[in-house]
Amino acid sequence: MIPAAFEYVRATSLDDAVAKLKAAGSGAKLIAGGHSLVPLMKLRLSEPRVLIDVGRIPDLVGIRERDGKIVIGAATVHSDVAASPLLQERCPVVAEAAGMIGDPQVRNRGTVGGSVAHADPSADMPAVLIALNAEIHVKGPGGWRVVMAHDFFQDLFTVNMAPDEIIAAIQFTPAKVSAYAKLFQRASHYAIVGVAAALEVKGGTIVSARIGLTGATSYARRLTAVERALADRPLSKDTIAAAAELAAEGLEGINSDIHASVDYRRAMVPVITRRALQGALARA
Amino acid sequence: MASTPVLPKLVGARIKRREDPRLIQGRATYVDDVKIAGMQHIAFKRSDIAHGRIVSVDVGAAAAMDGVEAVFTGAHIAAMLEPLPIATPFPSPPHRAVAVDVVRYGGEPVAVVVARNRYIARDAVDAIQVEYEPLRVVVDPELAMTGQPTVIHEAFPNNLAVPLVPSGTGVSADGKTVDDSAIDKAFAQADVVISQRMMNHRLVPNAIESRGVVAHFEPGKAMLTVWSSTQNPHILRTLIAAMTGLGQNQVRAIAPEVGGGFGSKINIYPEEYVAAVLSKHLELPLKWIEDRSEGFVATTHGRDIIAYVDVAARRDGRVLGLKMRLIADIGAYNMLLTAAIPTLTMMMANANYDIPAIRTTLTEVFTNKTPTDAYRGAGRPEATYFVERAMDMLASELKMDPAELRRRNFISPAKFPFATQMGAVYDSGDYEKALNCAVEAADWNGLKTQRDAWRREGRLVGLGLSMYVEVCGLGPSSALPTGGWEHAQVTIERDGRISATTGASPHGQGNETTFAQMLADQFGIPIEHITIHHGDTAVVKQGIGSFGSRSQAVGGVAVHMAGAKVKAKMAKFAAALLEAHEDDIVFEQGRIGVKGAPASAKSFAEVSGYAYVPVPLPVGLEPGLSEEAFFEPTNNTYPFGCVICMLEIDRETGEPRLLKLVAVDDAGNLINPLIVEGQIHGGLAQGIGQAMVEEALYDEDGQLLTGSFLDYALPRATDFPRFELHATVTPTPVNQFGAKGVGEAGTLGATPCIVNAAVDALSGFGITHVDMMLRPEKLWRIIQGAKA
Repeated sequence: MIPAAFEYVRATSLDDAVAKLKAAGSGAKLIAGGHSLVPLMKLRLSEPRVLIDVGRIPDLVGIRERDGKIVIGAATVHSDVAASPLLQERCPVVAEAAGMIGDPQVRNRGTVGGSVAHADPSADMPAVLIALNAEIHVKGPGGWRVVMAHDFFQDLFTVNMAPDEIIAAIQFTPAKVSAYAKLFQRASHYAIVGVAAALEVKGGTIVSARIGLTGATSYARRLTAVERALADRPLSKDTIAAAAELAAEGLEGINSDIHASVDYRRAMVPVITRRALQGALARA
Repeated sequence: MASTPVLPKLVGARIKRREDPRLIQGRATYVDDVKIAGMQHIAFKRSDIAHGRIVSVDVGAAAAMDGVEAVFTGAHIAAMLEPLPIATPFPSPPHRAVAVDVVRYGGEPVAVVVARNRYIARDAVDAIQVEYEPLRVVVDPELAMTGQPTVIHEAFPNNLAVPLVPSGTGVSADGKTVDDSAIDKAFAQADVVISQRMMNHRLVPNAIESRGVVAHFEPGKAMLTVWSSTQNPHILRTLIAAMTGLGQNQVRAIAPEVGGGFGSKINIYPEEYVAAVLSKHLELPLKWIEDRSEGFVATTHGRDIIAYVDVAARRDGRVLGLKMRLIADIGAYNMLLTAAIPTLTMMMANANYDIPAIRTTLTEVFTNKTPTDAYRGAGRPEATYFVERAMDMLASELKMDPAELRRRNFISPAKFPFATQMGAVYDSGDYEKALNCAVEAADWNGLKTQRDAWRREGRLVGLGLSMYVEVCGLGPSSALPTGGWEHAQVTIERDGRISATTGASPHGQGNETTFAQMLADQFGIPIEHITIHHGDTAVVKQGIGSFGSRSQAVGGVAVHMAGAKVKAKMAKFAAALLEAHEDDIVFEQGRIGVKGAPASAKSFAEVSGYAYVPVPLPVGLEPGLSEEAFFEPTNNTYPFGCVICMLEIDRETGEPRLLKLVAVDDAGNLINPLIVEGQIHGGLAQGIGQAMVEEALYDEDGQLLTGSFLDYALPRATDFPRFELHATVTPTPVNQFGAKGVGEAGTLGATPCIVNAAVDALSGFGITHVDMMLRPEKLWRIIQGAKA
């Protein structure tokens, strides 16, 4: 559990981080909480030459409301997200999912931006961002770029970002009628199947729905068939049950590991989808 | 010595552990905190394959690295170090500390680096090139027994470390003559026979502090000091001395703070011998600290026993006969106690029951896995699991209440001491009392009503019950190759404070508290005036160590005996000072006086001071107040108990959830119920952990698939309901405290209790048994299978 030698530099601002990342070239890695990266380094599965610490950049930390949207700085730790009264009140799915990540030590150090950039196929936050149709605000040498969550996660540990870009913030319109449910594996508490649901409801009718799935496949994705089956229907247990049944339809590239086979994961997708929707229903 | 148990006033009190403030404030000294000027660091190159012939080990690049002191291959080490010793009487293949020709499990050391710091040492390990010729791998013990597809040790053609050993009814003490008539008759007369293959799977011990060693040979003094995270520094000293060619007078072993062991730190490991011999060879202080990743493969594993269990019974529930064919997968090598652990499973095959005929056989098998050895409970949880699962299956077959079935088969209290067919002599017991206590505390009948009501709502709820009896307080010496006694010394210092030593070197047992409680009562002085020293062979003259739940039942008794000796001498000094007869001297409230004349009493310190400046010296006395004692128990102790739980399985996901757990433990008289409960909590957590979340899994190539906490689960507090603990008290006659031992107890009853509850919850799906661990997918498949 001894990492290979590396250099360590601390960025003082976002621009400083971008400059340092560009200057360091290949072999550089950003670090904030380090709860994905450091274990990989200790196992020598990752051997970065330079670590650029972005965890102490003041602008990257915090949760605030801006023009009806909520912005979470990329270096905000999960425990702050879980405990945020703003999120608990206005967009409970985010706080709920953050509170289910790993264990208290992981939540106290791990960051939202780190989790999203790392894109572990079993991480919780990607599903949430997809359900919220969140914008991921990225800065690089060429300036700012906004990537929608559903375009961001591309494959196993692969995201729509250049090596010289940095996630600065996550921004989304809060969804009160939202919830996260997961079946987790007992060792890491990573999701075997995790589902985030966000519904827009008016007068007892579901205007629109967005469902994000994690854990089941190589990267987080939308469950569009479920979303369509919910839209323009009365918000009810029956609607939810019928829509959730569609969750695993056509789902390909399902993960398999010692904790859960393809069959089991596939069977759990509708179950956990229904539970997430029931959670949302309880908040309507 | 009083023959009846005595319970003075601090003994029995719920006193917080004196050890804890330093431990939880980060002020304790562990092996990794030991730093010596000029100290170099060791790292091991380990095999990344499970079985292969070593073609070449190229250490050139590593040796040339800046900061690398030396690099050693297996051949270099073999020239300095004999094969590793074991403490069991079975034949064993040679086991080199560092592999020479063949590697036999993933993680086996193949080369050793000594470097200026840990980072360089680790980099140098990466620079070592090892070429292997892969050999076939066997991970299934039942396949390995056929000698296929590979033979791991040449001299053991069918991979049999211990060939079929019979024990029980009709088997002579030497195992050589076997008479099957009684066991055959039991099965012939039976109304019902239950037969089941059961697996008690492999676990990784995972002490919170990994292993580590610092070895410091001082050529000028010809002394070797070895700090190690060990449960038994005196055994370490004995073996290190033998292996380094030094006398035991030239080796000092120190167990500083030890962050848990669970049995895995009894064994003396390759790394400890290598550090010692290289420190002597290089004349440098050396440190090795185990990585967590190394710990998963290089520290011994626990359990891993298959049992074929047959129970013969009458329709009224009376068990007539029990057969248990055990196959233990011990991994690639015999370690210190490896081969002995499954023999404890045989020894405890009676469990709590008076069974007329029992036959067990044991086969121990080599596979290409990390070697096994003691793990909390060490053989007894396996026996408990097999018997208690079988009893539940029988109850289910007979449609009998599981509590009632057990009641009908208990060894009756009048029969104690009870000599079992397996060679054990149970010291004392009242099993029905513990069962009744649990049934009442849990409201067993109320739980059944609740379960049935929930089932009608479609919920999969099950109830589990398990008894246990275990063997604790190891010795006596006839049972342990190290000797089965324990040693203590009690010194009254000049100022009246007490320094005591114990050979029962604790690693979480709380001996500094419990032993001080005993001495405080014995001398009538405040506990704050007493210090318990342990873990240093230069301070603690002799000792065996802490394992087999022996700290109190053996170590604590030795402390009391040494205390009694020094107290008698102190009474003589007091008698001289007070011009009274020693028989009239009383120790009370920090004063020593003459019975009936409290006004004349002297302070404890005054009498102590006199003993060290004895003017005049009483006739027949030597100055000073320091006495030692060895306690050799006449027998083991056999604590017991009952666990009841309620568990629910999520019908859709298969996830099990523990709703309620009630445990009744009878450990005899308790010195400190708070510490006892802490021990039980930990034991329950590990026992439940085995049933519900913990499992060491290998693939067919012998790779450990659960080699980190990412995949190997440990139970968390959130996995448990609040444990409801109760106690019955059946003192042991084996020692004057009537205390039996409790360190491992929790692991015994919890595991079968959980699985019994899971099987009960799934009883509607036509199953009678499910192997642990209760992986959600496994349970989901049972539920799905029934739907199809």
